[in-house]
Formats: sequence, structure tokens, C-alpha cells
Amino acid sequence: MNIIEIEHLSKRFDKLEVLKDISLTIREGEVVSLIGASGSGKSTLLRCVNLLEVYDQGTIRFEGQDIRGNIKGINAYRTHVGMIFQSFNLFNHMSVLENCTIGQTQVLKRPKDEAVKLALSFLTKVGMESFADAPVTKLSGGQKQRVAIARALCMEPRVLLFDEPTSALDPEMVGEVLQVIRSLADEGRTMIIVTHEMDFAKEVSDRVVFMDQGVIVEEGDPALLFTSPTVQRTKDFLSRYLR
Amino acid sequence: MLTKLPSDLFGGALYILQKYGPLFWAGTKTTLLIALTGTIIGLFIGLGVGILRSLPESSMDNKFKTFLIRLVKLVSGIYVEVFRGTPMMVQAMFLFYALRPVFHWTKLVAGMFVVSVNTGAYMAEIVRAGIQSLDKGQNEAARSIGMNNFQTMRHVVLPQAIRNAFPAIGNEFVVNIKDTSVLNVIGVTELYFQTTSVAGITYRVQDTFLVSAIIYLILTYSTTTILKIIERKMNMPVQSGPSSTSTAFLVFGNKREER
Ligand SMILES: Nc1ncnc2c1ncn2[C@@H]1O[C@H](COP(=O)(O)OP(=O)(O)OP(=O)(O)O)[C@@H](O)[C@H]1O
Ligand SMILES: [Mg+2]
Repeated sequence: MNIIEIEHLSKRFDKLEVLKDISLTIREGEVVSLIGASGSGKSTLLRCVNLLEVYDQGTIRFEGQDIRGNIKGINAYRTHVGMIFQSFNLFNHMSVLENCTIGQTQVLKRPKDEAVKLALSFLTKVGMESFADAPVTKLSGGQKQRVAIARALCMEPRVLLFDEPTSALDPEMVGEVLQVIRSLADEGRTMIIVTHEMDFAKEVSDRVVFMDQGVIVEEGDPALLFTSPTVQRTKDFLSRYLR
Repeated sequence: MLTKLPSDLFGGALYILQKYGPLFWAGTKTTLLIALTGTIIGLFIGLGVGILRSLPESSMDNKFKTFLIRLVKLVSGIYVEVFRGTPMMVQAMFLFYALRPVFHWTKLVAGMFVVSVNTGAYMAEIVRAGIQSLDKGQNEAARSIGMNNFQTMRHVVLPQAIRNAFPAIGNEFVVNIKDTSVLNVIGVTELYFQTTSVAGITYRVQDTFLVSAIIYLILTYSTTTILKIIERKMNMPVQSGPSSTSTAFLVFGNKREER
């Protein structure tokens, strides 16, 4: 079943055409990696999917419904797509636990005790349960990103969007975050991951999408795309990343 | 207790303080009352206006909503510019007489009103700067878990913005303690007004105003000290993205810098 259908999506920032006629379909349970050079429009595409960016043309359907169909539904829609940012964006004035409960109690109107219970279970999943009462400002980058993942999971989203989840991390912390994402993939979650970690993309994804200058140049099975890309631009890009 | 006014400055000041203490005390109470209520009401005005001025304009809103937001921003912008761009002394004279037929107010109430409205304009800018100094990732994270505008403001943006703006907000109180002195033009019996009265009785301007200066200094110094303690308790500054408290404070913070 298709969970997200992007059709003929275009987006420009003033004169700059960032996305040009993008079409992409994500099936339920699929892990799709989005790779490409800096400035190719990967983040913009991801941000269009949860409407942090307003696109100019095209449609995005979530479970068959146009996500811009009714403006009232935007906030409800956003609870179905979790977003993990490169710079974590944890709520700095809250504890780890509060970061994970605020959305549940305020947006989903869950009772407090239920929210806490679920939050703790997801914090346990990312290995951060012992930090529940810690202020987030005290955490390391890797710990912050794991909490950010738990925060997203607490909304019980149908899709997870990762925008370079490890790019802001010190090298020694990349592994712990990738491990968490790997475990989520193993659970069969639907995920779109923008990443520069090619080895990880190769290993974890069902499909890899290569973007360049606002278009999807090539997509396919990671084993094939990484070893024998058919388009020259993909080859050039990969030769710079894979040795 | 001295019975005759000594001729030296400090002796004279001490004598005047002893003799006219109740007058100074009454003035001090009025000054503090106006400064405190003015700052608190001003903070609430500033919160409202500052939030309105920070409303996002989304291209997904309909025309009417966009128009309404622009109108509100225009009106609140005019308010802020007018009250920051004219002296409070002029505002006091104008508003006291212009609105007296409407409100039939006492000088004290008029004074509180003027200080509140004036402070509100400065607070609005402080709140707005506090909101804008926040990393926009905070806002995006809130939106991404489905919070609406109001929830984002209430639970994510404002708590951090106010915390970051606390030094500037506190500074407004200190400034107001000093600037209520301009209300003497409409005859509010605050500390400056009382001082001129005492000076009129004693014919010793320097001695009398030395007393007054010391009282003002005690008020502002103790206020500043208390505010610093609260700031430390709040564990300032909160690190939130690239812009820090101190820059917001330096750029937009204070009304009239402490001189
Ligand atoms: N808010 C914005 N306003 C103007 N231009 C923008 C904005 N956001 C992105 N751009 C531009 O759009 C282009 C695509 O940006 P985008 O962030 O989507 O690229 P990316 O593929 O995610 O790159 P990176 O790997 O560096 O994250 C870039 O040229 C960028 O400068
Ligand atoms: Mg990006």
C-alpha cells in the first residue's frame, strides 16, 4: 500500500527553483534514503512532506488524501509524520520526559499518566530512560538526537522523516543514533532518511533516491544503485562519496 | 534630634530627612506603587502586543486572515512607535488632560495609566525581540508534532522568550522607578514632586535633592540586586540556538539605558 504519493512537486524560493517536478511514492513499511549533493533540495522535499515548507505546484497525498485538502487538518496530519531534525530542536526549557509528553498531552489530549508511560517506553527503546528528568541542555549530541527520536515516536506517527540525523554529531556519537534508526527499520516502520552516510543508506534502506539540482536523477535498490548506477551524474556523485 | 538646619550639605540633608521624612516616605511609596503597577501592566500589554507583532504570515491563510494580521500589526506598530518616540512627560500631559473628561481620573490613576501604556510599548519590543531571538527550529519542532499556533506560542516559544528577555524586562522596572519622576508635571505626588515641595519649604535645594538622590539610588540598587538573584535562580541564560540572551538584550533590550 502506498502511504505517501508525491506528484509533480515544484517549489521555488524566489528565483531559485529548488524542486522541479518531483514524483515519488513511498510504500508502507518502506525505508527510503534520499541522497544527493548539498543544495540539491533533499531537505526542502522532506519539509514539504510535513508542510513545514509550502510547495508551489503538485500534490502530496497521505494515505490517499491530499495533505493540503483542508487547512484545519494540517496539525492532525503532522502528528502522523514524525520529523527528526539535523539540529535536534529539542525544547530547551523542558526535561527529557517533558519533551516527550508535551505533544501527547497538548495535541493528542492524552491523560498525563498515559503519556508518561508511553514516553518512558520510547525513552527505554532509545536507551535514554535514565535521563528522563534531566534537562535536555545537559545532554550530548547523540543523546539529544535519541531523545528527539523518542519525542517523534511518542506521537505514534505512521511515517518518520529524518533530515540528516547524524550530520551535527561528533563522529563517536554517530553510531548510537544509527543503531536506533536501524532498530526502527527492523520494526518495519516507514521512513524517509536524508543522509550523507552512504554505508548506512546502503545497509538500512529498501530504496535509494538520488537527487541533483531539484530533480530525482535515479532511484532503485541500494545494492544496484550503489554498485552500478546507470546515470553519469549518479556515478560522479557516488565516486566522490564511496571509495 | 537637631533643632536648627546645619549649614553644611550632609548635615543639612540629614536634618531635612529627619524633619520631612514622612513627606519623602509618602513620595517613595507612590513612586514604587506607580513603577510596580506600571511595569506589571506594561508587561501584560507588551506580551499581547509583542505576540501580535510576531504573528506569522502564512501564504496558506486566506485573504481575510492575512488582511486582519497586517492590520493588527500596523496598529500595534503605530502604538509602539508613538510611545517610544515621544517623551513620557509629553505623553503624561497630553493623556491626562485629553482623557480626563472620559475617565474622570485622579492624578495617581492617570500616572499609573501613562507609565503602563508607555512601558507596554517598550515591553512589546522586548517580547518581540525575545521571540525572534529564539532559534526557528524550536517553532518547527513544535509544528512538526502537530501543535497549532497558540500551543506553540504558549508551550514552546513564550516560556523561552520570556526567560531570555528577563534581564530586559527587569530593567524596565528599574527605569520606571526613575522615570516616574516626570509625572510631577501632572502633579502626581511621587518622590520627585515631594522633593520639590520640601525644597520649597527649606530653600535648600542641594541638600533636599541629595536626600532624594540617595533614596532613588537605594531603590534602584536594591531592585537590581533582587533581579540579579532571580536571574541566577532562573539559571540564565538558556542556550537555545545561535542567538543568545545577551545579544537580544543588547540589541533591543533597554528602554533608556541606565545612565
Ligand atoms: N528558506 C529558504 N530560502 C531561500 N532559499 C532556500 C531556503 N531553504 C533552502 N534554500 C535553498 O534551496 C536549495 C536547496 O536547499 P535544501 O536545504 O533543500 O538542500 P539539501 O539538499 O538539503 O542540502 P544539504 O545537504 O546542504 O542539507 C539550496 O540552494 C538552498 O540554499
Ligand atoms: Mg538539507
